[in-house]
Amino acid sequence: MQGPILVFAESSGSEFRKSAFEAVTEARRLADLSKTEVHALSIGHKIRDQASSLGKFGADKVSVAEDEMLKLFQPDFYRQIALDLAKRINPSVILLPATSTGKDLAPRLAIYLNTVVATECTELEISDDDLIATRPAYAGKVLLKVKMRGNPKIATLRPNVFTAKERVPAISPSVESLSFEKPATKMTVKEFVTHGAKKQDLTEAGVIVSGGRGMGGPENYKILEELASVMGGVVGASRASVDAGWRPHSDQVGQTGRTVSPTLYIACGISGAIQHRVGMINSKVIVAINKDPEAPIFGFADYGIVGDVFEVVPALTQEMRKYYGKN
Amino acid sequence: MRRVPDTATRIKIALDGKSIATSDAEFVINPYEEYALEQGVQLKEKYGGEVIVLTLGPEKSTSVILKALALGADRAIHLKSENFPDDPSAVARAIATELKTVEFDVLLFGKKGVDDDSQQVGPMVAELLGIPCVTQIVKLDISAGKAVAHREVEGGVIVVEATLPAAFTAEKDLTVPRYASLRELVAARKKPILVKEPQQFPGILETISVQYPPPRPPGRVLGKGVEAVPMLVKVLHEEAKVI
Ligand SMILES: Cc1cc2nc3c(=O)[nH]c(=O)nc-3n(C[C@H](O)[C@H](O)[C@H](O)COP(=O)(O)OP(=O)(O)OC[C@H]3O[C@@H](n4cnc5c(N)ncnc54)[C@H](O)[C@@H]3O)c2cc1C
Ligand SMILES: Nc1ncnc2c1ncn2[C@@H]1O[C@H](COP(=O)(O)O)[C@@H](O)[C@H]1O
Repeated sequence: MQGPILVFAESSGSEFRKSAFEAVTEARRLADLSKTEVHALSIGHKIRDQASSLGKFGADKVSVAEDEMLKLFQPDFYRQIALDLAKRINPSVILLPATSTGKDLAPRLAIYLNTVVATECTELEISDDDLIATRPAYAGKVLLKVKMRGNPKIATLRPNVFTAKERVPAISPSVESLSFEKPATKMTVKEFVTHGAKKQDLTEAGVIVSGGRGMGGPENYKILEELASVMGGVVGASRASVDAGWRPHSDQVGQTGRTVSPTLYIACGISGAIQHRVGMINSKVIVAINKDPEAPIFGFADYGIVGDVFEVVPALTQEMRKYYGKN
Repeated sequence: MRRVPDTATRIKIALDGKSIATSDAEFVINPYEEYALEQGVQLKEKYGGEVIVLTLGPEKSTSVILKALALGADRAIHLKSENFPDDPSAVARAIATELKTVEFDVLLFGKKGVDDDSQQVGPMVAELLGIPCVTQIVKLDISAGKAVAHREVEGGVIVVEATLPAAFTAEKDLTVPRYASLRELVAARKKPILVKEPQQFPGILETISVQYPPPRPPGRVLGKGVEAVPMLVKVLHEEAKVI
C-alpha cells in the first residue's frame, strides 16, 4: 500500500468527537505497520486551535478547512474539500468515523474515487500489504472479513470499538489551512434542532440504561434517567417503547435503531428479542433487570436480577450513589 | 427496494465459509424501504403522479415486488440478475444507469439494507446522477420544486432544503407503513413489471471470510429483587471492572 492514511477527524462545535481520536489512533497503528504517515483532515468552524491536539493521537499532518458555512455538515462542501485533499495526497487508506456524517460522506467519496466503502468496521489489519477489514453484517449476526481492490481503501469505524490512546511523546503535527470556495450546490443546510441537553449520543456513551415495554409508560423513564445520571450515562429504549410513543426514535437500540457498544448496558423491562439483541450484544457488560425469569435477555446478559424494575432500579440508583460517593 | 432475509431469520454461513446460505430464509422488503415506499405513496396521494419501484435482484424478487405493488406502487422495474456482485458500488452504478432513462422528482431509498448493513447505495446513486441527497431522513415536505427534509443525526435533526429532483434515504420514523389488503394483493398482479437485465459492473469489495461472532461467556442471575442489588454493584466493580 502506497500513500499516507487520510483520516477524517470529525468535530462537533469547536471540539473533536471522541470517534475522531479513535480513528486517528487506529490510523497511526496502521501507518506504523505499513511505514507511512497519518494525515488528518478537519472540517468545521472554530476548530483550528484544536488541530494540533490530533498529534497526541498520532497525526503527522493536519489540514484544516474552516468556515462559518462548514459549521454543520453539508455533503457537497465536505465532499469537495475531502476530495481535493485526497487527489493531492493520494492516500492508500481513508478512515472516517461511522457517525451520521462519516457514513454520508464516505460513499460519496468512494464514487468519485472509483471505489467502495467497508462500513462500520470493528477491526482492521494489514496482511500481505493489503487492508483487511472486519465488519458486522446481518445486524451483527455474522462478521465479514473484506478486502477492497485498488486504492484508496475507504473504511468507516464503529464508534466506541477502537480505543483512543494518547501517545508519549505526542507528535507536533504540521498544520495547514485549506481555502474553502463554496461549490455549486442544490442543498442548503438550514438549522440544527437539538433533541435536548443530552450530553452524549447513544453510540458514543459508556453507560446506557435502556428501558422497554416493562417500563409501563413514558413517565416511568424518570427512574432510568436518575440511574443514568448517577452513572454518567444516557437512556436508551427498545422498539416497543418507541413505537408506543414513550421515547423518541433516536433512543431506539436495535436492528432498526442504533447499534451501541457501551462498557455497560443495563436493560430494564426488555425481553431481549433478536432485533434488540443485535443492537447491543457488543456491549462489554450486559445487565438485565426483568421480572420474568424466562425472559430471553437472561440468556445473553452477563448479570441478571429477576425482579420488578420499579423496585430494583431505584435501589440500584441508591446503591450506585453510595458507590460513586465513596470512589 | 432491496429484497432481504426477514430480520428474525437465523443466518447460516454457507459451506464455502465466504457467503450466507439463504435457501431456507424467508425474504421480505427491506424494512427501511417500507418507510420510503409509504412516503412515496403519500406524496402521490397528495400531489398525483405515480410511484415506481425499482429492484435489482434475482428472479425470486418478484414476491417482494408484488408486495410493494399491493402497498401502493403503480409499476415496477425489475433489474433481474441471479448473481450480481455483492458490492454496493456495483449495485449503485447499475441502478444509476437505469435511472438515467427514468424521469422522476423524488428518489427514495432506505437508510440501509438490513442484510449487508452497508448504507451507501443511496448517496452513491445520487452522486452518479448529480442530484442532491439527504440521508437518514425522518420527515419530508415537498412544495414548489423544493423539498425540506429533516435528517436525524447524533443529538438532534438537521433541516436541509434541496431542489428537485432529489434523493433521500429513509430512517425508521419517516412514516408509518400501511398494510396491504387481500384485494390489493390480488390487484397487484395486474400491475406492470418491466423486467430487464442490469448493466454489469465489476465488484470491488471482496468477502474473504464469514464467521459467527464469538459467543458471549454464559452469564448468571445474581438473585431476586432488591436483595440482589448490592451484589450487582460488587460484581460490576470487582469482577467485571466496569465501574
Ligand atoms: C423488522 C423489525 C425490526 C425491529 N427492530 C427493532 C429494534 O431496532 N429494536 C428493538 O428493540 N426491537 C426491534 N424490533 C421489535 C422486537 O421484535 C421486539 O418486539 C421488541 O424488542 C420488544 O420490546 P420490549 O422488550 O421492550 O417489549 P416486550 O417484548 O413486550 O418485553 C417487555 C419485557 O418487560 C418485562 N416486564 C414487564 N413489566 C416489568 C416490570 N414491572 N419489571 C421488570 N420487567 C418487566 C417483561 O417480562 C418482558 O420481558 C423489530 C422487529 C421487526 C419485525
Ligand atoms: N439490489 C437493490 N435493488 C434496489 N435497491 C437497492 C438494492 N440494494 C440497495 N438498495 C437501496 O439502497 C439502500 C441502501 O442499501 P445498502 O447500501 O446496501 O445498505 C437500500 O435501503 C435500498 O433502498
